[in-house]
Amino acid sequence: MLPVLLVLTTVELASGLVLDTFESTLLQYPSLLVLVPVTIGMAGNLGSILAARLSTAFHLGLLDFSPDDDLLLGNAVATIALSLTLFPLVGAGAWTIQTLVAGTALDFVTVVLVATTSGAVLAVLAIVITLIATYAAYRLELDPDDVVIPVVTNTCDVLGVLVLFGVVLALV
Amino acid sequence: MSVRDVAVEAYREALPVLLLSAVGGLFAGVVLGGMEAELEQVAGLIVLVPALLATRGNVYGSLGARLATGLHQGLIEPYFTFSDRRIRNAIVAALANGVLVSVFAAVLAYAVLLTLGRPVATLWSLVGIAAIAGVISGLLLTIAVLSVVFYGYRQGMNPDTLAGPVVTTTGDVVGIATMLFAARVILALGGG
Repeated sequence: MLPVLLVLTTVELASGLVLDTFESTLLQYPSLLVLVPVTIGMAGNLGSILAARLSTAFHLGLLDFSPDDDLLLGNAVATIALSLTLFPLVGAGAWTIQTLVAGTALDFVTVVLVATTSGAVLAVLAIVITLIATYAAYRLELDPDDVVIPVVTNTCDVLGVLVLFGVVLALV
Repeated sequence: MSVRDVAVEAYREALPVLLLSAVGGLFAGVVLGGMEAELEQVAGLIVLVPALLATRGNVYGSLGARLATGLHQGLIEPYFTFSDRRIRNAIVAALANGVLVSVFAAVLAYAVLLTLGRPVATLWSLVGIAAIAGVISGLLLTIAVLSVVFYGYRQGMNPDTLAGPVVTTTGDVVGIATMLFAARVILALGGG
């Protein structure tokens, strides 16, 4: 297990470097700092749940990779719906808690908009990456359970920070 | 099943776990938001945040999965005892992996920041913070995983479905809170 952990840790340091790059913005607006762990976590979780469901469907022989596959489309729709339900709540929660704890420098609408936009972009990216990883595992005859979930979870972690960074640059 | 049926089922299954992990993540965020001073004083500490959080999830998620498998196979009893070799080995392996990977992350982060010419604290400060946070968070998460998995199993619940949410909700909070504590210890000892 140790070699896998070391590789995953190295990948995670990439997202740490992105955080380091926009540290001054994060320290200026602590409500954005509050969003960091939850955005990373939710992106990884959305990806890993989708990956787990597609891997199981694949093992059961229920999945083909055509674009009109019901299982594929249904799971993709659910991922986007979950993201659009949870990220606005996360933004509202982050703003509320930060306001209660320390007062706040950003207005409510901005924080909710940052969270929701990041969530929507991340849901689409999570779907694309999970599909590519699952399809690659299938073509290379690897077990998707072993390969896809760690790859997707850690890639989504890194993308979580990148997307949050991009959205903050665009909106704040 | 139609696209709609698949989507509704997947949505309903995932929502409770994701809600739990969102709450855990928000609490972790509050601690991180209160850590501004330490993040400013220990240059490069923020680089370690995603790596240390992911390590907690990977290592202690796997500990939970191992214990759950052992329970399902009837190889371990759902009571904590150090005399059970399987339980002891699983815990020691998780703690060793957790601390080793944290220290590795600190050394690598230091090397990368130095190479890029970015500001960075001393090597021993980053390694010290990673090691202290690794040991304390490891002990806390081991206790959390063991108690929930064993207690849930004794109550007739499936330990496989318990281990994941426990680690996703407590892992981030414990991970960040122990980093904050470790940073304060190292700063008090004159590091930074």
